[in-house]
Amino acid sequence: MSPGEGTPGSDAVGAAPEQPTGTPPPPQGGWRELQAQLREWRATIDRRLPPWWTRALAATAIMVGILLPFAFSEASNFMDATIKSLALAVMALGLNIVVGFAGLLDLGYVAFYAFGSYAAGWFGSGFFFKANAHVGIDHMVSGGPGIHLNFVLIMIAAAIICALAGIIIGLPTLRLRGDYIAIVTLGFGEIIGVLAVNGQDIHIGGGMTLTAGDFGISAIDSPYFGLGGPFSELNLRPWYWLILGVLFIVLFVNVRLRDSRLGRAWVALREDEVAAVSMGIPLVRTKLLAYALGAAFGGVSGAFLGSYFTVVSGDNFQFGFSVLILSMIIIGGLGSIWGSLIGGMALGYVNYWLLPNVLNNVPSKLGLNFQLDTVEFGVYGFLLVLVMIVRPQGLFPERRRKLELAGEVAPEDAQLAEVSGSVGAGS
Amino acid sequence: MPISAWRPLVLARTYIGRWGLIAALAALPVYYAIRDLTHGYAAGIVHNHLIIRHDLTNIGSNVILGLANGAIWALIAIGYTLVYGIIELINFAHGDVFMIGSFTAVGFAATLGLGLGSGVLPLIFGLIATLIICMLVCGSLNVLIERVAYRPLRNAPKLAPLITAVGISFILQNVGLLWKGGAVQSVNDLIQQNDTVFSISAVPIQRGYILALGAMIPLVIALAWFITRTRLGRAMRATAQDPEAARLMGINVDRTISLTFLIGGMLAGAAGLVYELYQTNIVYNQGFTAGLIAFTAAVMGGIGNVRGAVLGGLIIGVIQAFADSRMSGGEWTEAVVFAYLILIMVLRPRGLLGEETREAG
Repeated sequence: MSPGEGTPGSDAVGAAPEQPTGTPPPPQGGWRELQAQLREWRATIDRRLPPWWTRALAATAIMVGILLPFAFSEASNFMDATIKSLALAVMALGLNIVVGFAGLLDLGYVAFYAFGSYAAGWFGSGFFFKANAHVGIDHMVSGGPGIHLNFVLIMIAAAIICALAGIIIGLPTLRLRGDYIAIVTLGFGEIIGVLAVNGQDIHIGGGMTLTAGDFGISAIDSPYFGLGGPFSELNLRPWYWLILGVLFIVLFVNVRLRDSRLGRAWVALREDEVAAVSMGIPLVRTKLLAYALGAAFGGVSGAFLGSYFTVVSGDNFQFGFSVLILSMIIIGGLGSIWGSLIGGMALGYVNYWLLPNVLNNVPSKLGLNFQLDTVEFGVYGFLLVLVMIVRPQGLFPERRRKLELAGEVAPEDAQLAEVSGSVGAGS
Repeated sequence: MPISAWRPLVLARTYIGRWGLIAALAALPVYYAIRDLTHGYAAGIVHNHLIIRHDLTNIGSNVILGLANGAIWALIAIGYTLVYGIIELINFAHGDVFMIGSFTAVGFAATLGLGLGSGVLPLIFGLIATLIICMLVCGSLNVLIERVAYRPLRNAPKLAPLITAVGISFILQNVGLLWKGGAVQSVNDLIQQNDTVFSISAVPIQRGYILALGAMIPLVIALAWFITRTRLGRAMRATAQDPEAARLMGINVDRTISLTFLIGGMLAGAAGLVYELYQTNIVYNQGFTAGLIAFTAAVMGGIGNVRGAVLGGLIIGVIQAFADSRMSGGEWTEAVVFAYLILIMVLRPRGLLGEETREAG
């Protein structure tokens, strides 16, 4: 199966063993009972198996992930969907730092997708035709005028540009709270979107423009590493391994960040800003780092997608994309790394594979006279509503939140506590 | 507050302060007014000669057009702000409820047989009936959405209802898509909205402007009366302030929340009718853009505050009118609006008339 479905096993590394067994609320109704039963089974499995089984499972998942392309043809739809889903999962992991760890609701994440893609367009195509720079590329494939950098350099450039953009958007939100941050980031994302579309009117000298608008910067170089085969539309395997490698790096960085001093500072700020600051957490630096790091991952993934689509068009960068990434991390479980990964993969597959390839023929098979793609949007919306109502905390909630939710605090009390807490915070 | 202790922000705030806000808001009209007076503007072509005028008429028509557009945004923004004030949810589906309102208006007017040839009296009564139907449909739709998508998540993590709101928004857009197709549809210009009724010192006041402002002002006054003077309105304010305390005082919180959604939806329905008559075209994703703008308006005015929403809507309408008519064909309008939003948020983090909401306190 897909690497995304291989990873729930490794999720158990973080979440399952620490789950306190004494907390399950008294079962009422089938659903609760089923949950309690499942939890019990998981605890039993944990007891029976040797302590390294989760690591073994993770290693197996990684191996399966690496070998997966050999199960499919070189340019199958499924591989295409997998590559896009992995790229979106990388973005989800980045957004999870901002929204999940640091608790800053960011509705303008599309801006970093845009910057990342344009980094690929600017530094890996003939777009800046007056410039002439070639670094570490296959001259047979991408010679000619323009800036052509090695893809590693492009990804680094994308990460740096996005980190700076993240800091710029972070600055005006420092004094804001809650949903005011959401609207400012949303505005930022929209401004970047408008800039991408109208960038062809911004001349930067020598007859060159900032972007190519809706027309798109096209023929972006394919990555070139000298190994792993040529990157082309006909052979998707190298693309897959590239984004899988990026995902592993991002995952590793994410896990390390979460458990670092900085990660704990983010969580502390999220839980109670005033208390965290009075404990000596540097607020400005911590918040800006969250924006910068989250944005950098978005930029890396954006650069990959720009290169994968070989075109960066200004009309790609709409608000809907931010919402898509946000719904990935919320459905996965806010603040949970494995949740973001799985939420990202799941929604990616729903968008790129399930709806267009699998379900599209169902109505005609049932004898109904319509194409599913006319109601694709609605089906997607319905899925979002359904998942959230069935599992409001997300598929794989963060350990800390799971403890909060499973705690014996009655909902009303929790709300009261929250209200009084924020009243205290307001003074 | 430790955040505001950050040195550059303190300095910026001290030096800029309230005057900065006023200066920022006045910047566009004043700049273009001076420009019109000194450079003049093209007022039309007579005998192959470009007429250049040096007066403030153009500014006046920009402003009145902006206010009329802003009246529609204000009606939608009230729905956002009421819902946010009471359950702290950004109701992403609200713009699409407005879209359904427009579609209902077009459909119902066609059912009544209102057309370009209708007489004045049938037209007036027909439109009033359409208004009532639109308000009822959108109000009950909003209540239904709350019941299905938000109420089950009342005690869920804060962002969960946001995602169901997005989901409902997609579903409604899909309904619109199936209803009227994907293309922009032009509708009958029932009221001949371009006709000039009268002029105030050469600024033409068109029927559309009168309709938009004439629908918005009574509705907002009625709403203000309802919120401040009636028992239910008091219940709404109490619930917005502190749901637990309100519950302890015997207020039926669930019913109050439903009522809030009903009012918000009704105003969105009214806005849908006005929009359809005024813009004379409808499209399935009009609610998305309108929702974004109206939400921006609500935040700009200070979310949770009805007067703020109206003010924000009018201001954004005027900014849009300026950007549309003066900046290379309006392609930068959205960017200008959001740049203004960010500026206002920096200068006044709680919005123009913001009061303390529970969360943002």
